[in-house]
Amino acid sequence: MDLRIALAGNPNSGKTTLFNALTGLNQYVGNWPGVTVEKKEGRLKNHNDVKVVDLPGIYSLSPYTLEEVVSRDYLISERPDIILNIVDASNLERNLYLTTQLTELGLPVVIALNMMDVVKKNGDQIDSKALSKKLGVPVCEISALKEEGIKEAVDTVLKSVKDNKVTIPTHSYSNEIEEVLADITEKALANVPKEVQRWHAIKLFERDSKITEKLNIDSRALSQIENDICKVEKELDDDSESLITNERYLFINNVIDGSYKKKRKGETTSDKIDKIVTNRFLALPIFAVVMFLVYYISISTVGTWMTDWVNDCLFGDELSLFGLALPGIPAAVTSLLESINCADWLIGLIVDGIIGGVGAVLGFLPQMLVLFLFLAFLEGCGYMARVAFIMDRIFRKFGLSGKSFIPMLIGTGCGVPAIMASRTIENIRDRRMTIITTTFIPCGAKLPIIALIAGALFDGAWWVAPSSYFIGIIAIVVSGIILKKTKLFSGDPAPFVMELPQYHIPTVSSVLRSMWERGYSFIKKAGTIILLSAIVLWFLQAFGVEDGSFMMVEDLNNSILAFIGNLISWIFIPLGWGNWEMAVATITGLIAKENVVSTFGILFGFAEVAEDGAEIWGTMAQAFTSLSGFSFLVFNLLCAPCFAAIGAIKREMNDKKWLAIAISYQCIFAYIVSFMIYQIGSLIVGSGNIIGGLLGIVVFAAMIYLLICKPKSVN
Amino acid sequence: MTTLKDIQMGVKYKVAQINGSGAVKRRIMDMGITKGTELVVRKVAPLGDPIELTVRGYELSIRKNDAELIIVE
Repeated sequence: MDLRIALAGNPNSGKTTLFNALTGLNQYVGNWPGVTVEKKEGRLKNHNDVKVVDLPGIYSLSPYTLEEVVSRDYLISERPDIILNIVDASNLERNLYLTTQLTELGLPVVIALNMMDVVKKNGDQIDSKALSKKLGVPVCEISALKEEGIKEAVDTVLKSVKDNKVTIPTHSYSNEIEEVLADITEKALANVPKEVQRWHAIKLFERDSKITEKLNIDSRALSQIENDICKVEKELDDDSESLITNERYLFINNVIDGSYKKKRKGETTSDKIDKIVTNRFLALPIFAVVMFLVYYISISTVGTWMTDWVNDCLFGDELSLFGLALPGIPAAVTSLLESINCADWLIGLIVDGIIGGVGAVLGFLPQMLVLFLFLAFLEGCGYMARVAFIMDRIFRKFGLSGKSFIPMLIGTGCGVPAIMASRTIENIRDRRMTIITTTFIPCGAKLPIIALIAGALFDGAWWVAPSSYFIGIIAIVVSGIILKKTKLFSGDPAPFVMELPQYHIPTVSSVLRSMWERGYSFIKKAGTIILLSAIVLWFLQAFGVEDGSFMMVEDLNNSILAFIGNLISWIFIPLGWGNWEMAVATITGLIAKENVVSTFGILFGFAEVAEDGAEIWGTMAQAFTSLSGFSFLVFNLLCAPCFAAIGAIKREMNDKKWLAIAISYQCIFAYIVSFMIYQIGSLIVGSGNIIGGLLGIVVFAAMIYLLICKPKSVN
Repeated sequence: MTTLKDIQMGVKYKVAQINGSGAVKRRIMDMGITKGTELVVRKVAPLGDPIELTVRGYELSIRKNDAELIIVE
């Protein structure tokens, strides 16, 4: 079997950089079994028989976070051949805390002491030989960024594997604790392999519920152990978990005393930058400028130019390249297929279905790549952690993270990159909440719908567009507060104790790599669902019963889609717009929201309409009242986003159940809000019926209740 | 009894005790805030919460709610 190296270390310790240096381009991304934590594996450069498994960046092996549980489960049950522990030398104390836990696992451990260049530059001194001796672990000095010392580290790792010398931890706990540990081992761990006995004993001492459950110890032994632990806790005046943590850090103080000399000096460059960037008065203006730049370049200008080019030229009508006027891909393929006398339906499938679908996937990519470039830079340089620091106060009230600000902002441009931007949020609950609520913000493609309704029914009133954004923001706040109280988002409150890493300039290659990885995962994971839905919807639109037989239809009125529209339109009667045309327009909005306008154009007898549908304003005004129009608008703003965004949700949730939860929540929420608007509104203007109005008020009251009620305490 | 929530900025304090339990307490301690650790509050976020402190040679941000669990002297 292949040799397996597990790469373990703190977040911000340079682990990803080292992993890239070790494996080159030879890596693949997957998932840890059963969870949505990303798993990266690769083959060691020049050693094709050696696998490197990149564990999530963690501070500890506690049972409280998914990443930590995944890591320790892997280390305990999969037993890699060796652990390569990357330690940030410029942040030695806290990094060695994880080391004290890794050395207890009964595996060989090698330390790669990273960022030695920074330490030397600061004038500090680390005696890695003394460190190695005190920890009982080989220590190699490296700089992952400059790719220095990597070869030596690899050699040390391979040698240690060959010698198969299991690391024996050099630290022990106070006598009282050691006695209990010995007792636990004897009473409960006789059947556990010898090399992992100590680790399990410590976990039992800490009352680690996950391990206790797994070991299935008989209740008598367990209660005896509990007695012993209580006795020590009383004697040493702290809970067992804290006792262990305290002693680990005491041991580290002792290790560092003889091996680390910090040159006394003032602020580092990073401190100086931080003084300005998170300054009480300057922080918000600087934040605004950074966000403006990200938005302006990726959404307003460069990103959109590139996306527009792909959508309107490459996958559009005409492509001009170096002054040459060429047909776009659809036109070129159409004429090619026509020249070989291809059947109409096949041309339709290939051009409108498949190429259209591929275009929908690729069209978002350029914009997304520009955005990912910024995100990778902001993460790499350390500013992203400050974003969370600055915005935390506002967002945490709604079950979101300070970092949710970026997806929401990007969401005003396009929901697809916005959802993909939620990747930067570490806490999984905050991330899910962000993904579910981000698309409530009206994106660029929803603007034509707003323009249509405002123009046709409100005489272009100024307040329609702002009210859409307002409703979007309220929807996020309301959803955040309500969802936070549900079982889906309950559980241990995640403590927001976050490291603010040192600022540094990330390498070009790491930024590009991160950008590409995200872009590629969008194509791969979101692409399929987008392509498939585009083809299915094309089929529904293009086929139907015409002149008594099933065929490709000329008239959308005869399509399967129209049939489906007729079938489901009753659902929307309580919202005030139960016509099949409106149902069909809502469905085609799933391909891209701006399609709502063009679908109305076609259904009302115009071949092509302007972006705001000015030609059909008159017909619209007859089909809708102001109230039902507004209800239609709100429903289309809040309900399930377009397929591309749904694909992105699927990618980021990485879980079918959560995809379903997100989409159904959005649709139900949209329905409820539109229902309230239409029914209560009708009551106010005096056109509605009493029952509907009362129901509307009941729903409204229920929502207010959910907003203010206390969450049930969850034990 | 002073908690980390209301200590003076820029002054060095020593951790006397950490209240709370479970995930929150473990996380605080995992990050290196243990009994006897010296720490300095560097700044407060522009909106008044969370706070930033230096502990064991690195910068950590913590919400005031959680900071309240940490008793200093």
